[in-house]
Amino acid sequence: MKRSLAPAWITILVIIFFYIPTLTLVIQSFNSAKYGGAWQGFTLDWYRKLMHEREVWRAVQNSLWVAAYSTLGATVLGTLGAWMLNRYRSKLQHAHYTLMYAPLMVPEILMGISLLMFFVNLGLPLGLPTIILAHITFCVSYVCFTVMGRLQDFDESLIHAAQDLGARWPVIIWKILLPLLGPGILAGALLAFTLSIDDFVITFFTSGPGSTTLPVYIYSAIKKGSLATINALSVLMMLITFTIVLVSNHFINRRDGV
Amino acid sequence: MTLNRPPKRSPEWWLTLPSLGWLALFFLIPAALIFLIAFRPALPNGGIGAGWSLAAVKSLLDPSYPMVIWRTIWVSASATALCLGLGVPVAYYIARLPAAKRRWVLLLIILPFWSNFLIRILAWQTLLHSEGPLKQTLELLHIMDPRTTLLYNVWVVLTVLVYTELPFAILPIYAAAEKFDFSLLDAARDLGASQFRAFWTVFLPGIKRGLLTALLVVLIPAFGTYAITDLVGGTQAEMIGNVIARRVLSDKNYPQASALSAALCLVILTPMLVALFTQRRKPKAQTSNSN
Repeated sequence: MKRSLAPAWITILVIIFFYIPTLTLVIQSFNSAKYGGAWQGFTLDWYRKLMHEREVWRAVQNSLWVAAYSTLGATVLGTLGAWMLNRYRSKLQHAHYTLMYAPLMVPEILMGISLLMFFVNLGLPLGLPTIILAHITFCVSYVCFTVMGRLQDFDESLIHAAQDLGARWPVIIWKILLPLLGPGILAGALLAFTLSIDDFVITFFTSGPGSTTLPVYIYSAIKKGSLATINALSVLMMLITFTIVLVSNHFINRRDGV
Repeated sequence: MTLNRPPKRSPEWWLTLPSLGWLALFFLIPAALIFLIAFRPALPNGGIGAGWSLAAVKSLLDPSYPMVIWRTIWVSASATALCLGLGVPVAYYIARLPAAKRRWVLLLIILPFWSNFLIRILAWQTLLHSEGPLKQTLELLHIMDPRTTLLYNVWVVLTVLVYTELPFAILPIYAAAEKFDFSLLDAARDLGASQFRAFWTVFLPGIKRGLLTALLVVLIPAFGTYAITDLVGGTQAEMIGNVIARRVLSDKNYPQASALSAALCLVILTPMLVALFTQRRKPKAQTSNSN
């Protein structure tokens, strides 16, 4: 029976569609034309300039701190939440589940505005702490559902067996839970870290003066029209993330192969 | 598995409290707050006044809003339709590849989306810029008038929206397609169904859950589109998100921003709640089956 070639063609076109803007960006970052116009020769000036932009590096630092704290908070809350949701079936857990699910169903801008109103009403000054609170809030659900996916395969009788053999909770957590659930928790934490580092909209509404994260910095640079150094910054960022993704993909492939 | 133990209420309550309490404090209360602030008066120089007022809610009748709301709905719906329309054949193609190839094609599709969301928008701005490669080529070929611009219209917003959301539509559809038993398609063909009919009546219903997830994953962020319209759309392509942001950032009219947000919230949550109550706890039911 002949299979239609249409899906193959559509896939090829989609991949081209995905890569053309990115490739343009990479090429333009080496273009000596200031406003990313027609090709005027190869240059590394934008990369050199970027190294001297203090604001960029402060934004990078802010982003990393925010992501680190948010990941920590969201991983603890999300893992505990997933454990409870998986273990108990009660009215309380039904409410818990609904509340865990709801943030995924709300556009970012609504979450950003409502948190801004909340902080303004409490009189909290906007800054890195408010950004971290906001990030933990939107990351918790992602961690929770990632960990819950792994928990479903977890055999709880292992805990009962350990308890019957006299193990206490610290030992159970250290010897049973962490080794078995570790990959799930790690996957959730990585997801939280990525989401936090990448977030623009919620951060934009909950940030104050001096708490510029990298996406907020990129946004204001695009607005100002200083595209050339931002192109260079983008290429560097892509290079870093692509390397991480390819390396981790390589390890995952290897592990699956064994 | 937990049934053979006596029910212990108190540890459940205490260990549920952190995540439940956090979400109640930082998600539920702020959301409820929006509905409250919508009924407060705005101060002339920004901020929220004392007492109650219907002014902000009445401002929803602003004659410029229906246009913006209509645009938000049709752009979001078109983006979702395009993402599903492109996502299904791509997911189908990948799911039928040999396993070793599958992972690489999948990686190829996800890779550009590991870069920052704003960088992806910036990439389009660079591509469509008046001195950018696409415009220059079109001018050289005399297809485009040099005075017109490719940027700042609603079609760019739609394109970039599809560009940013498509992988998130492909992934759930692929996850469903991967579990689909493709011999069913061959069976349908053997029984005389045309290729199109087999696809339409066997494959699509078989990946229903994936399609539903993809639909939500694209439609919800699309409704809240803000950055894309702000950076490549311009004023002609404004969506609700931009109006809300303007009320907050430049007018500092928090009650009006809240009224608009509350309205958007209701538009999105009503169908969700209906869906939630009609197919309650389905994921849980499935879990206990698989155990």
